[in-house]
Amino acid sequence: MVESLPSVLSEAAPVLSSSFMELKALGCERDTRVLFSDINWSFNDGDIVQIIGPNGSGKTTLLRCLVSLSEQYKGDILFKGSAVNQQLYGFRQQLLYLGHLPGIKSSLNPTENLRWYGGLHSDTCFTDAEIVSALSEVGLAGFENIPCHSLSAGQQRRVSLARLYLSSAKLWILDEPLTAIDKEGIAKLGALFQSHAQAGGVVILTTHQDLPIDNVLQLDLAKYQPPVEAMSWLL
Amino acid sequence: MNPDNRKVDSVQQTDTKNEPLESSVKPANGAFASTLRRDLLIVARHRGELANPLVFFLVVITMVPLGVSPSPAVLSGLAPGMIWMVALLATLLSLDGLFRQDFDDGTLEQLLLSPQAAYFSVMAKLLVHWLSTGLPLTLMAPLLGVMLSLPDTGYLPLIVSLLLGSGTLSLVGGIGAALTVSLRKGGLLLSLIIMPLYMPVLIFGASSVKAAVEGFSYNSQIAVLGAMFALALILAPMAIAGALRMSVNN
Repeated sequence: MVESLPSVLSEAAPVLSSSFMELKALGCERDTRVLFSDINWSFNDGDIVQIIGPNGSGKTTLLRCLVSLSEQYKGDILFKGSAVNQQLYGFRQQLLYLGHLPGIKSSLNPTENLRWYGGLHSDTCFTDAEIVSALSEVGLAGFENIPCHSLSAGQQRRVSLARLYLSSAKLWILDEPLTAIDKEGIAKLGALFQSHAQAGGVVILTTHQDLPIDNVLQLDLAKYQPPVEAMSWLL
Repeated sequence: MNPDNRKVDSVQQTDTKNEPLESSVKPANGAFASTLRRDLLIVARHRGELANPLVFFLVVITMVPLGVSPSPAVLSGLAPGMIWMVALLATLLSLDGLFRQDFDDGTLEQLLLSPQAAYFSVMAKLLVHWLSTGLPLTLMAPLLGVMLSLPDTGYLPLIVSLLLGSGTLSLVGGIGAALTVSLRKGGLLLSLIIMPLYMPVLIFGASSVKAAVEGFSYNSQIAVLGAMFALALILAPMAIAGALRMSVNN
């Protein structure tokens, strides 16, 4: 009896489309291997979604599909009700993506790196004072003029994370943001995610560590993997 | 959202925020300006790499009198073609690194995910490439012309044709570099893709100098080089942006 009601609702949902971002029957194959299939999920304002799954289950691939870096997927990714690749400009204005590559130049110092990043996003041209304050937020005060190649792995990660304090993007898509970050830093990032979500932002991240915050939604990719029997004919 | 965070930051960081002079200094804005600025900085930090194509250019041209013939009559006949050929090869050698580091450190992804058109940031990268290879090669070419006893009438067309031609070489070469950036050993493939596209530039570039040396008018060759440059300037950044998206897609 409950079955009939949701089906009516789910048909009406795309028209109303209250969700910020939506995945519809999303699937991805890589080198004839099905990574995941038939993901239906909606990201709403204020969500913190942690994508979990074993190594090689396609977490990074899913994030790359979400940010439209990769277009090798089936199904639909909707942004505010219509396909993401029809409105890339609007989508990218709201997007902050942190990939598993740091995205910083090792021969430049943190300030120069962040200044470049600010210039790429027309609406967020960072002033030097903003950059200094963001760097001290991530614990890099005093390292503003040290070339990034002489920073440690964790410090380099922090340079990319300083974008979170600078950007005005609503959607944060972060691939393993906690790698090489110490405990104190993780606690601080957790608080930052929470305040971003409370202000109506959306955080989508992958990590194998436990986040120090509650109200995290978990998208488990293991549930969307094809059964082993279905793959056996390939082997 | 984030403005709230910033308010919190500014409360905590009042000491740094309360510097009106600092905050009124806005850094270069826009994808083109900021990428140009960043890449020029990187070139300035790695000045040693600037010398690579120049040393190659110099060494090969120095070998011609030693290997072929030191007689000025022979050399002056060879000079236009040799200088153009070696300038082209020097550019080709420098192409592999055009997007390689950006690809490896993830800044290429960030560049492509910017809301601004990749066309302009790509243009900035190509401009820096030209400033660090094409322009120095052009400036050095007259000196090598002297070494190969190029007749006096050849210098002006040599410089003009190299200025226009090296721009085209950077732009067209960028397409090959963008297509092969995701391959670990893309060097050979890059040459195979790019060489046919470089042929027309070489033909018109070298023949303009040859025509001038032989006392003919060289305007038509320069005009063709100019047309190729204009075409490449408009179309190549688009092709490069598309090729980069494809390379990152893998």
